[in-house]
Amino acid sequence: MSSTTLPLKQRAPVRPARILLHVFLAGTALAWLAPLLWAVFSALRPYSETSAKGYVSWPSKLTFENFTNAFQQSDMLHYFGNTLIIAVPAVLLTLFLSSCVAFYVARFDFRVNLALLLVFTAGNLLPQQVIITPLYRLYLLTDLPGITASGKLYDSALGLVLIHVAFQSGFCAFVLSNYMRSLPHELTEAALVDGASVWRLYWQITLPLCKPAMAALATLLSIWIYNDFFWALVLISTGENMPITSALNNLSGQYFTDPNLVAAGSLLTAIPTLVVYFALQRQFVSGLTLGANKG
Amino acid sequence: MTTDMTTKTPEAATEPPPRRTPKKKRAAQQSHRRLLTRRDRITLALMAGVPTILHVALVWVTAIASIFLAFTTWDGIGFDSIKWVGLDNFKQLFNDNPQFWPAVQHNVIWFVVLILIPTPFGLFLAVQLDKRIRFSRVYQTAFFLPVVISMACIGFVWQLVYNPDTGLINSIIGANKPGHYIDWIGDPHLNLWAVLIAASWRHAGYMMILYLAGLKSVDPSLREAAALDGANEWQTFKSVIFPTLRPTNTVVLVVTIIEALRAFDLVFVFNKGAQGTELLSILVTNNIIGESSRIGYGSAIAVVLLVISLAVIIPYLIATFRKERRA
Repeated sequence: MSSTTLPLKQRAPVRPARILLHVFLAGTALAWLAPLLWAVFSALRPYSETSAKGYVSWPSKLTFENFTNAFQQSDMLHYFGNTLIIAVPAVLLTLFLSSCVAFYVARFDFRVNLALLLVFTAGNLLPQQVIITPLYRLYLLTDLPGITASGKLYDSALGLVLIHVAFQSGFCAFVLSNYMRSLPHELTEAALVDGASVWRLYWQITLPLCKPAMAALATLLSIWIYNDFFWALVLISTGENMPITSALNNLSGQYFTDPNLVAAGSLLTAIPTLVVYFALQRQFVSGLTLGANKG
Repeated sequence: MTTDMTTKTPEAATEPPPRRTPKKKRAAQQSHRRLLTRRDRITLALMAGVPTILHVALVWVTAIASIFLAFTTWDGIGFDSIKWVGLDNFKQLFNDNPQFWPAVQHNVIWFVVLILIPTPFGLFLAVQLDKRIRFSRVYQTAFFLPVVISMACIGFVWQLVYNPDTGLINSIIGANKPGHYIDWIGDPHLNLWAVLIAASWRHAGYMMILYLAGLKSVDPSLREAAALDGANEWQTFKSVIFPTLRPTNTVVLVVTIIEALRAFDLVFVFNKGAQGTELLSILVTNNIIGESSRIGYGSAIAVVLLVISLAVIIPYLIATFRKERRA
């Protein structure tokens, strides 16, 4: 926090303005959190009480019962598991593949570089719905007997992993290639002269230097993939196979029968992202702006 | 989301060492090439090829297939049942689909609202938080929180606010009794605006972060010079700071357009895109998961979306990459 080093040259006369600013910011911040706090408040109250006294009323009892009920009744753990099976391979594969492309583009071929990056980045900016109709058909037509439980790419974790990787690698390749190009060329050149293989150049020399960018991207990707709603909604047909964010939609009619349970259930799905965000806030924000501020 | 959030343009948060001149770089690349063994070349081909094939096959081939299928009808089973129908799908879409023009209109409204309200507000917050102020991080966290949570979850949270019977708003203003009911979710005159408040709530925090990053890169000496010249805070911002934020403004504009075109999750969770909140993305999706899936027709809607997106994406990327090459 910057609070410890209040700038010396900043003028003294505007104190009242500062206080006003703080009042404004604190008020706005509270207003910003209000919908979430309202959800927490509703989730903490027993349904019987809110239905008798109304939702805007002084609580006589606050419990975590709704949370435990929402978690157990809907077998939420199972859906968190589904997300894990999709998100972990997807994040790792995206980072691996996009760093491969980035390495090639940054170190070996400057001409293909721009064209390739253009294709990757433009692809990543497209709305998902542009490609969904043919993609859906492609997934239905791809037979993978024995490889996925459904026997097709459709309705399988593999299918979701692939589309996440294909879609997200655009952004990552772009960021990583810019990052790699700014690394000193002498490093790889010297190693190459010493007879190191291309693979070693990539794996042992370039990648370790890209750790900050990779960490930022990994944080960002985890949250994006966790939060994805659309791909699974269309490409998964069995409710049981859905990752948590998309499953929420089904669960809310089936198990979350009253608003208090809906509140508890949806807040539970937000917990993992919040944990990641608070733990890795710096990486997340730097990942997001990783690029947004070329001066 | 996926969504969503896509900010491009090079530069790293963690400052890497300065760049070398392109000429030297190209020379280095050539000397790199000469030292390659056969195995190295195969490794390189795989490293560049596998990701490219995956990306092109799943993203670009399908995008192009969308264009092709938009001019056909197909039952989705055998490839021999694909029939060319010319512009029929588009004619039907433009003339006979009662949801199409409202959807286009709502996508436009979505963009206009996002760019006029939360975007300037995000900039305003960023400017305030950029003054070395106490608790800046705490405020930032609060404003940014909605951006981290999934759109689906946001949809549910706002349903709790808008629910006509049990929601926060109606409970407070007493509109949850029969007779003077306000149906924020179902009423087609209200629901788009209700959902746009939720979307703006999220967008402002996102824009704030982008602008904060932009402001950090503003040369402090500019500000000092303006202060020495006697400019007040507003004058400094208007004539000195804002013009230097141009690159950020471009990113913000592109991100906002893309967000407006991608808008989906929130509306889908909110009311499934029922009357009043139709969007192009919703029409495409309903065409797939609905009972009467028409591949050609759905693709035609997707093509409309594709054309609008590419009209924004391509000029932006070309400008970005041109700058890049000069750098």
